[in-house]
Amino acid sequence: MSGRSREPSAAHPVAVKIVISGGFGVGKTTFVGAISEIEPLVTEAELTEKSIGIDDTSAVSGKTTTTVALDFGRITLDDALLLYLFGTPGQDRFAFLWDDLVDGALGSIVLVDTRRIEDSFPAIDYFEEHEIPFIIGVNRFGGAQRFQLEEVRDALGVGAGVPLVECDARDRESVKNVLVSLTEEVLVKRTEKANRERAGSAW
Amino acid sequence: MSSFPYAGGQPPTTSSPAQDDDEDPVVRPFMLTNGRTQPLHDGLRIETLLRAAPAALSAPLRFESRRIVELAQAPMSVADLSVALRVPLGVVRVIVADLITQGFLSVEDQPAELSTSLIERIRDRVRAL
Repeated sequence: MSGRSREPSAAHPVAVKIVISGGFGVGKTTFVGAISEIEPLVTEAELTEKSIGIDDTSAVSGKTTTTVALDFGRITLDDALLLYLFGTPGQDRFAFLWDDLVDGALGSIVLVDTRRIEDSFPAIDYFEEHEIPFIIGVNRFGGAQRFQLEEVRDALGVGAGVPLVECDARDRESVKNVLVSLTEEVLVKRTEKANRERAGSAW
Repeated sequence: MSSFPYAGGQPPTTSSPAQDDDEDPVVRPFMLTNGRTQPLHDGLRIETLLRAAPAALSAPLRFESRRIVELAQAPMSVADLSVALRVPLGVVRVIVADLITQGFLSVEDQPAELSTSLIERIRDRVRAL
């Protein structure tokens, strides 16, 4: 190793990224906005053929760029530690942006709306497949029928190893709680991995 | 929420009659990079922290490049720069990569893997927010 295990300092801060995912309209923007210290939006311009004819109303010939809005939040944890939150784009046609967003992330939070539970399947599949620590935040919408978390777990088809937490994306304390739960999950996954490696080396 | 950060998107003002016939004031994003869409430097994540050398302030840089070296006198992420400049991430990546190649900007070294104590620190700091 190249001896990069230094502790962060004010002169050399560390940036940590958490990805907020889930279906379109599940509350990602609200979630990020509840805790971010800045305006929670950033845009990405992608060169894509896919958008032609879908959102191109300008009749400009040869337009091949589309601008995607991404949720973005920043939280200064201390003078040496910055936490960035990024929302994945909700529409499937922007799924090609995911690898870029997720690369290097500490972990992910998949928000679920119990009225449209299937919208979260692509995100869950993605994080399971890429072995990225994630937890599920069941966002409570006013008026939505409340389910027991275990019912939601069954409907999602995720194992007991994936933590589910209830949350209210509008509420800062609730959002904090979800972020804390994710860091706990990251620590659990890390311990499990270390134990597996230790068991493996005993052979 | 305030305005949507389009590249070059200016609210139409009554004092600029020249724009009256222009229904699309949005500058094509990659105009700022002469149409280039691929950065010269790989590995620029949205959260990658960048820092400009103080000497870069006296370099003959213009427009977005100039703003970036001003902003990055303290470490700034690609995403922070995108918000500050109101320019899409993909465009910022191209400009930032050029500035790195020219030696005006450097990537802030990050730990290869976060230590357990650092993750615990993140958890405790979030809890204390």
